[in-house]
Amino acid sequence: MSDTQPLLSVEDLHVSFATEEGVVKAVDGVSFDLRAGEVLAVVGESGSGKSVTAMTLMGLTRSPNARFEGTARFKGTELIGASEDDLRQLRGAEIAMIFQDPMTSLNPVQRIGAQIVEQIQTHGGLPDAQARERAVELLEKVGIPRARERVDSYPFEFSGGMRQRVMIALALSCDPSVLIADEPTTALDVTIQAQILERIRRLREETNAAVILVTHDLGVVADIADRIAVMYAGRIVEQGTLDEIFYDPQHPYTWGLLGSITRVDRPRPERLPAIAGLPPSLADRPEGCHFRPRCPHEFAKCSEVPPLEVRATDMPRHADRCWLSAEQKRALREVRPGEIGLHGKEGVSV
Amino acid sequence: MGRFVVRRLIQMLLVMFAVSVITFLIFNVIPNSDPAVRMAGRQASESTIEAIRKEWGFDKSLPVQYVTTMQKVFTGDLESQFTQLPVGEEIRKGLPRTLSLAIGAALLWMFVAICFGLYSAVKAGRFADRFLTILALVGISMPVFWIGALMNHYLGFKLGWFPNGGYVELTEDPLDWAYHLILPWTALAILFIGFYSRVLRSNVLDTINEDFVRTARAKGLGERQIMVRHVLRNSMIPIVTLWGLDFGAVVGGGAILTETVFDLQGVGQYAAESIGQLDVPPVLATTMFLAFFVVLMNAIVDILYAYLDPRIRLL
Repeated sequence: MSDTQPLLSVEDLHVSFATEEGVVKAVDGVSFDLRAGEVLAVVGESGSGKSVTAMTLMGLTRSPNARFEGTARFKGTELIGASEDDLRQLRGAEIAMIFQDPMTSLNPVQRIGAQIVEQIQTHGGLPDAQARERAVELLEKVGIPRARERVDSYPFEFSGGMRQRVMIALALSCDPSVLIADEPTTALDVTIQAQILERIRRLREETNAAVILVTHDLGVVADIADRIAVMYAGRIVEQGTLDEIFYDPQHPYTWGLLGSITRVDRPRPERLPAIAGLPPSLADRPEGCHFRPRCPHEFAKCSEVPPLEVRATDMPRHADRCWLSAEQKRALREVRPGEIGLHGKEGVSV
Repeated sequence: MGRFVVRRLIQMLLVMFAVSVITFLIFNVIPNSDPAVRMAGRQASESTIEAIRKEWGFDKSLPVQYVTTMQKVFTGDLESQFTQLPVGEEIRKGLPRTLSLAIGAALLWMFVAICFGLYSAVKAGRFADRFLTILALVGISMPVFWIGALMNHYLGFKLGWFPNGGYVELTEDPLDWAYHLILPWTALAILFIGFYSRVLRSNVLDTINEDFVRTARAKGLGERQIMVRHVLRNSMIPIVTLWGLDFGAVVGGGAILTETVFDLQGVGQYAAESIGQLDVPPVLATTMFLAFFVVLMNAIVDILYAYLDPRIRLL
């Protein structure tokens, strides 16, 4: 996979919003590559800039107060600053998106089939009967039972999980090469979550589409991602393969994230560990490393911004933004033998 | 859908029955005096009053009175105590005029309000939006008899661009019909344009931020398609309800002022003149007729609403 040209290449993307509290830097120098057939998970807590990054790639960050810098090249086309007309050609056809809340993401007064047909005809110009046939096929493919009848249903006649499948069918309708899924399972219950992820996984296998999966749920990530980008306060703080991030995490924030999930294979802690402190306000962020105020391993060098680069020589594509050496990191991240986590910082409460 | 329509129509009949009972009570029972005397009008002789009392059954029990009254209203067997003209005939003559005025004005105000409301929403906060907002407020604030009289005086009488009141049958000369109605339509529509465009503007602004509009954009639809198929359709649902109700209200009395100002001789004007003359039979008949029309429009609106918003049909 690594030797092919990337499908999508994002470089030094900045998105800022002018607000009354000052300039909010929602995305601050994000770079990543995406290859065909790859699932890249963008992980981070609320407000880390992961959704804005995803929306910006589609040109859906529509605010008169937003400013964009940097580049995002998709198959040689620049997405940032592209005209509405050019973006419209790509949206739904080349890059498709699944949103977080299936309950509100479908037009309530339009039949499911009509909503799919609308997208097919916008990009393909198929005649009505064929487009409808294709809509039925798509609904079957995402596992809607009795698709031929249900194609004429309205969204309110479907459950949340069914609606999210319809959203997936919609996203698939023009065989996109990139699928952006913005927290696709957050609004669904756990059993439905697994089914939806299975759909996305199968889709990737069948069509070789690349997937950007935006989520805050590490469980979802472990299920399906090839590579992970961990975001904190608008920056990617660590990027690597699934195994690298889960078994050899380099950034203290990642340790904290991994330490704060419940695990069935470990004795249950009295209290679920959490990272002390709160994420910084995006309008007023600390100098240097953004995680510094919450990091127990902070030292003098941290007042400079650490670049995102490969620091552990044995992992050529695993990059992070932490000044500590790889040896220090491996020693510091064990809260208990064999267990990764982040110690609390003195003077910072949970 | 079929069951919904049937159920709604049965409900409508029940409401109409209630309306008829209440109208009967208001006219014949609540005013604590002899209904026959009121019905006979001023300076009626003792024998006329006696004849009316017999004819309407005012000497019998209330249910019998109710049935007699309704029979008279519905068979059109009523005549004005003042002019002796048959009431049913007068209403039949006035109805096309009233409907011409109301339908034309309703189409006009809806069309213009959609244009203004949509444009205002798209340009929200900019000069065009503020200008239309002020225009809407001015329109809402102007009483229809005043703007109607001004238009009639300046555009009709002084400049002579439009006929000075009056009505021409549609079947006689469609162009002349429209020509005579342009001023009344405009005068009646202005208030509603102001009101509707404001409501539509805020509905559109609410809908534009809905998730499904973002989905539509992510599908790669053009801006016009997004506005018309996704935003406007969802923003129109409350407006259409309002439209039907207002249309019913305009026919059922709201057009009285416009009809009178432009001398259109519609049902509203007939009712207004009859009230002025304390002429009970036509007032009774027009009240019933116009109330029934409002109830009918309500039912139609509900059925239309169910068509526009499929979620309603389950209820």
